[in-house]
Amino acid sequence: MRPVYVREEVCMGCGLCEVYCALAHSISQDPIKAFKRERPRPVARIRVERTDGLFLPLQCRHCPDSPCVYACLTGAMYKDPDSGAVAVDPDKCSGCWTCIMVCPCGAITRDADMGIVAKCDLCPGRDVPACVANCPNEALAWAEDGAGVDLTEPAATAGGRTRGW
Amino acid sequence: MAGKKAIVPETEYLIIGNSAGGIAAAEAIREVDREGAIAIVSEEPYLAYSRPLISEHLAGERSLDSMLLRSPDFYERNKIEALLGTGVARVDFDHKLVELEDGRRLAWRKLLLATGGAPIVPKLKGSHRKGVFTFTTLEDAEKIREAVNPQHKAVVIGGGLIGVSLAGALVHRGVAVAMVELMDRVLSTALDAEASHMVEEALRRKQIEIVLGQTVKEIVGRPADGGRVGGVILKDGRTIACDAVVFAIGVAPRTELAAGSTVAVNRGIVVDRHMATSCRGVYACGDAAEAYDFIHKTNRLIPVWPNAVAGGRVAGYNMAGRPTRYEGSTGMNALNCFGLSAVAAGLVEPKGDPTCEVLATSSAANGAYRRIVLRNNRIVGMVFVGDIERSGIVFGLMKDGINVRRFKEAILSPGFGLAALPDDLRRKRLSLPNSQLSEARGNEE
Ligand SMILES: Cc1cc2nc3c(=O)[nH]c(=O)nc-3n(C[C@H](O)[C@H](O)[C@H](O)COP(=O)(O)OP(=O)(O)OC[C@H]3O[C@@H](n4cnc5c(N)ncnc54)[C@H](O)[C@@H]3O)c2cc1C
Ligand code: SF4
Ligand code: SF4
Repeated sequence: MRPVYVREEVCMGCGLCEVYCALAHSISQDPIKAFKRERPRPVARIRVERTDGLFLPLQCRHCPDSPCVYACLTGAMYKDPDSGAVAVDPDKCSGCWTCIMVCPCGAITRDADMGIVAKCDLCPGRDVPACVANCPNEALAWAEDGAGVDLTEPAATAGGRTRGW
Repeated sequence: MAGKKAIVPETEYLIIGNSAGGIAAAEAIREVDREGAIAIVSEEPYLAYSRPLISEHLAGERSLDSMLLRSPDFYERNKIEALLGTGVARVDFDHKLVELEDGRRLAWRKLLLATGGAPIVPKLKGSHRKGVFTFTTLEDAEKIREAVNPQHKAVVIGGGLIGVSLAGALVHRGVAVAMVELMDRVLSTALDAEASHMVEEALRRKQIEIVLGQTVKEIVGRPADGGRVGGVILKDGRTIACDAVVFAIGVAPRTELAAGSTVAVNRGIVVDRHMATSCRGVYACGDAAEAYDFIHKTNRLIPVWPNAVAGGRVAGYNMAGRPTRYEGSTGMNALNCFGLSAVAAGLVEPKGDPTCEVLATSSAANGAYRRIVLRNNRIVGMVFVGDIERSGIVFGLMKDGINVRRFKEAILSPGFGLAALPDDLRRKRLSLPNSQLSEARGNEE
């Protein structure tokens, strides 16, 4: 499994990852249409948390032992047996928010227009997730194998194992 | 039943109950043991479905197909024999046999009691009348659906989670609803008073009549047709005319199969930290069992879905020979009630416990409310209403017993997230452990 890693000391909090994530998950894939007219509105699955002196772009860690999957009331949240990515089936999700309650990273978003949850799906069909590909500062990285890697370590540690920048 | 094992088909693993706990256990067994024969028996005739979704089914928003927990080929793919639509009549724990209601017998080596709960129906005058229902199964939802129409009014007895969920579904069908709750507020076990009142507001906005501090004393018939429900009489003598009455008081653990056996039963089936009962080779989980609560530090009934799955998984691993400890859970509920989002877990109402500290904020402007209950700077309870998306971080801190002294005020601020945690703690929490199941609970600072 390759979750997206964050080099938090490099992130400048511009929020472009949020924009590109929402766009990548829009129907039209067109910025003007997607953000001005599209209903349901496209939802970003990454959120940049901002505090004094720290910017933390955060999305699903695709936990090996995913609490959200085991808490899901309907079977909508699942781990893809091949890729290990955790994803939600929008047709099954009932918007009960139980997965939100147990996600230790706060990585699941409510999609208000749809009444269901939205979360990082690692952009199936793309070579590199949209947030990683479009971060102007290379603060996001898509690592080969996350096991044991400290996600917040500086690039010196993560660099040897990552690709996508 | 005699112990003539030779003529009885034998299964390695027998699971009674084809729902949250039973399915989780079967999947866990298959992670460890690809071949050992598994059989799941259930009274209910359907493939495993999401019980909480019976409300959406009643509302007319979901067919059985879209309520299924797993794809229809799940049993076949996992080599699970599904014996659906027939109950287990008796278990012979000494000879490791069960007898089904249709007379078939089955021998087993490991048994899981994932029998869930049965709706509580108080002895009430008039409850035999036509138009009186319970609400815990798909069949219940179907019966109610056939019986009610938009000209009708229904009385829901019980303002707990099932009652609130049912009331929502009835409103969707255009049925007028009165909810009668014994306590002075709805959801009194799941939420604190402030959050309860926010839910009451949301219900009232949908014209649901909420009658608090009352119970139904009698269900009366119609003037023209005494066999059918015509109304209820409350304890204070008031009457409410209605066409249907639904009991939604809660569920009681189904322990009847264990009665008189060596399987110890308190209020629910008693299990240890491996979900094993007092009878060797027999496990229990879910609404039927009393499992460990890490906040109350004792075994308790906690009839919620995620706990049935967590316990079922642990039972399954242990049944298949992979020793796994149940890390425990606690009361936890998420709610999406007419657009009002709420999450609550642990000890939400410490009721004057001097060892507890309560921090709370509310913002009337955006309908957001947050409350955490602390003991020795460790979170033991939490309530989020409105903006709930970061509640899981707080749940994680509570579950892992993290000392939050350095940043507890920040938890209540609207922008709270992992970035608000001290560096060392944030880094630790971002590198998630491989398995949260076999880990002992840390008591780190
Ligand atoms: C309307 C409603 C809404 C709910 N909403 C939520 C919610 O939002 N969040 C939440 O966390 N929880 C919710 N719950 C609770 C949740 O559904 C239960 O906690 C969960 O289903 C428990 O799972 P279980 O596997 O222990 O048992 P159950 O789901 O009760 O399944 C037990 C099964 O065993 C079968 N069985 C019992 N005895 C026998 C026997 N002798 N022979 C054969 N079969 C037998 C039963 O027929 C049943 O099919 C809700 C429940 C209801 C009714
Ligand atoms: S949504 Fe949260 S709990 Fe689920 S896999 Fe992602 S980080 Fe883990
Ligand atoms: S909100 Fe959807 S994905 Fe999350 S637990 Fe509920 S049904 Fe499952």
